[in-house]
Amino acid sequence: MTAEEKRKLELFSAKMRRWIIEGVYNAKSGHPGGSLSCTDIMCYLYNMEMKVDPANPSDPDRDRFVLSKGHCAPALYAALGLLGFFDVNEIKNLRKIGSFLQGHPCKAITPGVDMSTGSLGQGISAAGGMALAGKLDKKTYRVFSILGDGEMQEGEVWEALMSAAHYKLDNLCAFLDYNGLQIDGAVDDVMSLGDIEAKTKAFGWETVVIDGHDFEQIESAVNAFNANAGSGKPFFVICKTHKGKGVSFMHDDASWHGVAPKEDQYKIAVEELDARIRELEG
Amino acid sequence: MGKMATREAYGRTLQEIGTDERVVVFDADLAGSTNTGRFKKVFPERHFDMGIAEANMVSAAAGMATCGKIAFVSSFAMFATERACEQIRNSVCYPNLNVKVCASHAGITVGEDGASHQCLEDLSIMRSLPNMTVLCPADAASARMAVKAAYENPGPFYVRLARLATDAVYGEFGEDVEFTLGKAHMIKDGKDVTIMACGYMVEQAVEAVAILESEGISVRLLDMHTIKPIDVKAVVKASRETGCIVTCEEHSIIGGLGSAVAEVLVENAPCPMLRVGVNDEFGRSGTPDALMAYYHLTGADIADKAKKAIALKG
Repeated sequence: MTAEEKRKLELFSAKMRRWIIEGVYNAKSGHPGGSLSCTDIMCYLYNMEMKVDPANPSDPDRDRFVLSKGHCAPALYAALGLLGFFDVNEIKNLRKIGSFLQGHPCKAITPGVDMSTGSLGQGISAAGGMALAGKLDKKTYRVFSILGDGEMQEGEVWEALMSAAHYKLDNLCAFLDYNGLQIDGAVDDVMSLGDIEAKTKAFGWETVVIDGHDFEQIESAVNAFNANAGSGKPFFVICKTHKGKGVSFMHDDASWHGVAPKEDQYKIAVEELDARIRELEG
Repeated sequence: MGKMATREAYGRTLQEIGTDERVVVFDADLAGSTNTGRFKKVFPERHFDMGIAEANMVSAAAGMATCGKIAFVSSFAMFATERACEQIRNSVCYPNLNVKVCASHAGITVGEDGASHQCLEDLSIMRSLPNMTVLCPADAASARMAVKAAYENPGPFYVRLARLATDAVYGEFGEDVEFTLGKAHMIKDGKDVTIMACGYMVEQAVEAVAILESEGISVRLLDMHTIKPIDVKAVVKASRETGCIVTCEEHSIIGGLGSAVAEVLVENAPCPMLRVGVNDEFGRSGTPDALMAYYHLTGADIADKAKKAIALKG
């Protein structure tokens, strides 16, 4: 990754974060904390890796993306809007009556959304189904998915992990947005995931652990996934992240899981993010 | 004519439509029982056993459907519609995907396995899901037509299938019998009462008709194979022309065919109506015949209810 590529990614991420705050503030509800923690992973995938075309969002040969932690829809909408799948200004209508930007991703009405998600655990299963279809049809597309750490408590996730390994879905890459916080508090206090790396490995997935905000590490993980093709093993990337990343007062604070900033808080967040954007635009 | 279970008709029909490469079939370790094993024998590369993990099976089938596949998903009705209920709602119906939930072992005639495996709530639950079409065929020949209708029409379908081998009502399996999606099938016209049945209860209703006609009562018998969308015209017509209705289902009296018909009647053409079904209780172990008698689901029980309905006409 060149310094210029990295700067562009950082700029795109800062813009995504700015739109996340804009959307959630205007909606007066939503999930800023987790949206901000998975922003950099999504930014990298959409800008550097996935073969997708805003002008042809249903291309049967495109790479797929399933946001299994569907409550982080604001991050997905920010990426899709900034890439031109739809007018990014629509994010100001997030969660409002008549908008095609629902509180959780809705495949039927939003361009670029590959699967309706929001009920935790189902997205990774659907991603597995897409990967299985790719194998059946001998297509070269890949399927990427982002899971939440709280989501790992859902039994269906483990059913999905088991079946992806059984069907040798090495075209499937799952990212765990491991920010360590869920609605009721720290994941370790609510329901500890234990040694998640050992567990995913035991379920037959090639597994790596990275800093989910470091683009060079995300790139290495994705390169390792691509090099893993042909191994018959699905690929799991445990991303250590920070909830609320990029907005000082939301950083590592579970209380920002599912609430919108008030006006004064919104102004502070916008000030911080706009300063970051100006700095990166140089 | 020979007996055949609707689940066997399903497996045989999958073989027929399986020549279409878009057809994929998922099962949860019950391929022998649901009869998807018949498809697997012919098209093994397009049959996916997902193990005893129904939730993942349904969502994975939904993911496949987003890639242009017509995904058939099978298990026992109990596990398909209740264990994986939320996956059917959120992964299949909400995105309106081409997934066909074809579940066997519905109703009380599962028999000896008992209440944990006898599904009496599936029609009620599936009927309430937006985008879902709900079918409950009466015999093997019409089950083939129902499965083909699910295959030919886009969107989510629930097809209710039974374990028990039952009589042919429409004809031999393989005949292209009359089956129009959303249209009740009139087996016999009459003027004193209309009996509306679905699934195995159609066979019982045929017995009831024989009893009633021997007593001089003229009966209209409708096979309500499409539970949703319910045939509003046929229900209203039955009310206006026969003045009373009895519904029959191998299902709870709450939420299924009886409820669907009642909803139409009260809003359009109220008339006396009685329901034959399992009266808000769990099933139990026993032979299918013993269970049908225990829960008052026989032809004689239907005939009794029909006479009561006629008496209510006043």
